[in-house]
Amino acid sequence: MRQDLTVQQMSEDDDRSPPLDLRCGAAPSINRARNCSGEAVSGSGSSTSSSIPASVPVTVTEYQSQYPDQVLEIVLENVLQFLTSRRDRNAASLVCKSWWRAEALTRSELFIGNCYAVSPDRARGRFRRVRSVVLKGKPRFADFNLMPPDWGAHFGPWVCVLANAYPWLEKVYLKRMSITDDDLALLAESFSGFKELTLVCCEGFGTCGLAFIASKCRQLRVLDLIETEVTDDEVDWISLFPEGETCLESLIFDCVDCAINFEALEKLVARSPFLRKLRLNRHVSIRQLYRLMVRAPQLTHLGTGKYGPSEVAQRQGDTEPDYIAAFAACKSLVCLSGFREITPDYLSAIYPVCANLTSLNFSYATITADQLKPVICNCHKLQIFWVGVPCVIDYQCFEEIWVLKLILAVIMQALDSICDEGLQAVAATCKELRELRVFPMNAQEDVEGPVSEVGLQAISEGCRKLQSILYFCQRMTNAAVIAMSSNCLELEVFRLCIMGRHRPDHATGEPMDEGFGAIVRNCRKLTRLAVSGLLTDRAFGYIGKYGKLIRTLSVAFAGDSDMGLKYVLEGCPKLQKLEIRDSPFGDAALRSGLHHYYNMRFLWMSSCRLTRQGCQEIAQAMPRLVVEVIRSDDEEETDNYVETLYMYRSLEGPRHDAPKFVTILR
Amino acid sequence: MAFERDLNLEATELRLGLPGTQESRSNKRSLPDMNIVDDQDHRSGSSRVIANASNATKSEEETTPPSKTQVVGWPPIRSYRKNSLQAKKSEAEASGIYVKVSMDGAPYLRKIHLNIYKDYPELLKALEDMFKFKVGEYSESEGYNGSEFVPTYEDKDGDWMLVGDVPWEMFITSCKRLRVMKGSEARGLGCAV
Repeated sequence: MRQDLTVQQMSEDDDRSPPLDLRCGAAPSINRARNCSGEAVSGSGSSTSSSIPASVPVTVTEYQSQYPDQVLEIVLENVLQFLTSRRDRNAASLVCKSWWRAEALTRSELFIGNCYAVSPDRARGRFRRVRSVVLKGKPRFADFNLMPPDWGAHFGPWVCVLANAYPWLEKVYLKRMSITDDDLALLAESFSGFKELTLVCCEGFGTCGLAFIASKCRQLRVLDLIETEVTDDEVDWISLFPEGETCLESLIFDCVDCAINFEALEKLVARSPFLRKLRLNRHVSIRQLYRLMVRAPQLTHLGTGKYGPSEVAQRQGDTEPDYIAAFAACKSLVCLSGFREITPDYLSAIYPVCANLTSLNFSYATITADQLKPVICNCHKLQIFWVGVPCVIDYQCFEEIWVLKLILAVIMQALDSICDEGLQAVAATCKELRELRVFPMNAQEDVEGPVSEVGLQAISEGCRKLQSILYFCQRMTNAAVIAMSSNCLELEVFRLCIMGRHRPDHATGEPMDEGFGAIVRNCRKLTRLAVSGLLTDRAFGYIGKYGKLIRTLSVAFAGDSDMGLKYVLEGCPKLQKLEIRDSPFGDAALRSGLHHYYNMRFLWMSSCRLTRQGCQEIAQAMPRLVVEVIRSDDEEETDNYVETLYMYRSLEGPRHDAPKFVTILR
Repeated sequence: MAFERDLNLEATELRLGLPGTQESRSNKRSLPDMNIVDDQDHRSGSSRVIANASNATKSEEETTPPSKTQVVGWPPIRSYRKNSLQAKKSEAEASGIYVKVSMDGAPYLRKIHLNIYKDYPELLKALEDMFKFKVGEYSESEGYNGSEFVPTYEDKDGDWMLVGDVPWEMFITSCKRLRVMKGSEARGLGCAV
């Protein structure tokens, strides 16, 4: 978003005379153009003429030069309609003022990566014709309770401005924003053609807010709630969708943990012929799922609710519906998810669709490798696979009891093979795999998990097209990571989370430096990296030296000294998002990034070695940076030590809605 | 925010715990408030860790076994994901829920804790005391014959059922709310008035 900060530096070329051919040949036709399409021209005409200094006599050539510019602007606007990439648009807007204007008039998709980087008014002032808005709020580490609640990122101020400025707004995508029911009510009332609402990792509202959306947005095509917290206001929002045929294409509410009116849902699905994506919450039983599937065989994306029989049904001894037939009837199904509270026996029902699946999310399903294998071995087209791995033994109790330790080691060996086996099955079958996420079902760091370097190695050998991996494990070896770096050359996202803090390579006892070093060196397309395990400054040296395309870097419990952070800040020119926790980086390291902070979206550092003075220096050196020091809720403003630093570039200066536990340094 | 429950997989855990040890995990949300900082790690600054009380096995605030510490937000799994796995367990422990009780004609609703009653007669007596009415005798064929008021409940599937038809244990787990209907309305449920 460099163009925001270089407004003053943009080239002013209004004084430049146009190329010869236009000056001579175009003038007559431009006159006509001016008369006929007065509207298009006058908009740019007035601004062009205002740039001619009043004191300069208007010669013939200068007078004529207004028109070619106007033609250029019309042409430009028409051409720019087709430019969709925001990075391209940002570049185009830097060419000159008229290009800036034309681009601003034609940008219909507004992307704001940090809701505090720019104010709603400023955005509205520049972009007049926006149909789609993407807004992102809190930093990612807020997801892990590293920030007290009520930090900010309120949608309220935005929705007020959007409501006034863009009556034709159609799409809103919010991530990590704090939204109230009133905000949703205003949204629902303000945009008659509203089509798509996507809320990812948001909170602050309830089913009341959903009721407004359902009832008032008559053109709604997409209502996607993803990992968003929705309080149960006991409102039957599902039954508030308009009567008659709906435009619904996507309805995702698996995170809405409230009971829903199933009859209403069934009727809604029945009258939504365009519905392609449906993700249910766990309050929808498998029998109810059947009824829905029968009504919507055209679905392409399905998220089941509770995937197992209810007790009542079992007792009553009802005949089970033919789930296999229901799945078989969904010939377009490419994405399956859900499987909460799963009864593994019912997994066989999905066999008919496996061959077509490109995306499978089993991360909420507690199943064993043996239950997984028969499913996976049919999924030849799978590109995205998310799986949860159960970790069942609490190991650390028995440090002192060596006999038990021995027994456990044997059991662990067996368990390791079980779950790595599941991944080996994936590696054997899913040759098209692009994205893999392996989550721990039992998220404790001291539990020995059955997923290890064996699984990673297998995946690296089998899935050569892998682009993105998120892998949680208890232990890892450099060898396996190096293998992945040489086998999976398409990797763009590599996130390895060795849950045991400071864990070295468990085979050699070495730090994990060489593994991550190999990743940045070999994976030339890498843009996102998350590191873990025992890491010295050397690992950061590698990142700084080779990670030239890295945009997002996540660091936890790593590094030896300030040099680590320095390597990264000095070496990674594309770095935009840097989040660090519990690492020994201090003020000197912070200073080494002064040349780069304006190019970044944000820097997060928590539990490092920063002092208030150090952060203050940064704040004073960089006026367009907002430097927030965040305390845990009730802490007093203690001494010099900074628990959490969150800083980001902004055109607006310190925000006015900062809570008490946030201090903005100047 | 409702990120209040911690991951607790005791029921499904294969544990070789020493006899007598209890394990319960503290509420992660409260960790910042507890404000206990322990400089365990010489590498970093004081990370937000909670030092365990090594002896107090019974207290609710104990976390993992002695000498281990839990760090806020580590491993980096979203609460949403942890809670989703937790939900299954809480559903199984449906006992411990308060259910709403409404009575036709009463100005406001009440809430009762279903688990404190052992069987239907106790529950009905409690309802009678709360709302000052009387129910007749329950019979399978005729429901609450002759009562002015009839107790009904909403089950998991959203259907309204007559209280008393199913075994008590099953009732407890499937009852979501109670409603004391007027006998005249309840004709459809099998009462002859």
